[in-house]
Amino acid sequence: MLKLSEELVERIRAHAAQSYPYECCGAMLGTESSGARLVKELVMLDNQREDSPRNRFLVDPADVLRVERAARAQGLDLIGWYHSHPDAPPRPSDFDREHAWPWYSYVIVSVEAGVPRRMASWRLLDDRSRFDGEEIGSDLTAAC
Amino acid sequence: MAVKVMIPTPLRPFAGRQASVSVEAQTVGEGLDALTGQFADLRRHLYADGGRLRSFVNVYLNEEDVRNLQKDETPLRDGDTISIVPSIAGGRSR
Ligand SMILES: [Zn+2]
Repeated sequence: MLKLSEELVERIRAHAAQSYPYECCGAMLGTESSGARLVKELVMLDNQREDSPRNRFLVDPADVLRVERAARAQGLDLIGWYHSHPDAPPRPSDFDREHAWPWYSYVIVSVEAGVPRRMASWRLLDDRSRFDGEEIGSDLTAAC
Repeated sequence: MAVKVMIPTPLRPFAGRQASVSVEAQTVGEGLDALTGQFADLRRHLYADGGRLRSFVNVYLNEEDVRNLQKDETPLRDGDTISIVPSIAGGRSR
């Protein structure tokens, strides 16, 4: 379960809409306890793929280190990443799977003709064969 | 040489939940071999088929990307730190 408040969901959707027709991406900082993840902060990032920003995104290692430091400074962990799929469903592509890391939560939001639609979260299986869906919950009163 | 390998958060579950692992090695390549010798489950996340480091896996020696040094052959000194740093990539099909 990935807990994401309505406000943070809206921020991801707004970032995705504003980046359309390009892909947006960002980091999710938060906490994890007994399997439940709570996102507390987002870091919007610039897509570094200037060659094909409509269907690719890239966060370089310097940005990853910067985000990790920002998380630690707030007592949080870097628990995952979000990106958008312009005019495509919020399912990981083969390209996503080939480039994914285990453990991170990957949130994908679909944007159709500029309007943000469905959002889903995914976790790569340890054997890298596929992603499993991860439920997104907005009930922040439950444990963690 | 005794060096430390820093493990990024997503790989810690495959490295005994440790943030860093100490290994003995003469080169960066040997250091990574020593690491994956101890924790074999790391291999599939670090290497593509054919044994090449995956494109989104970055290896730093202290503050420098080893691609700008001598890659796997980069020699180590006692007390060096090797860091495995993710880049994050993806995108829709097509
Ligand atoms: Zn994608």
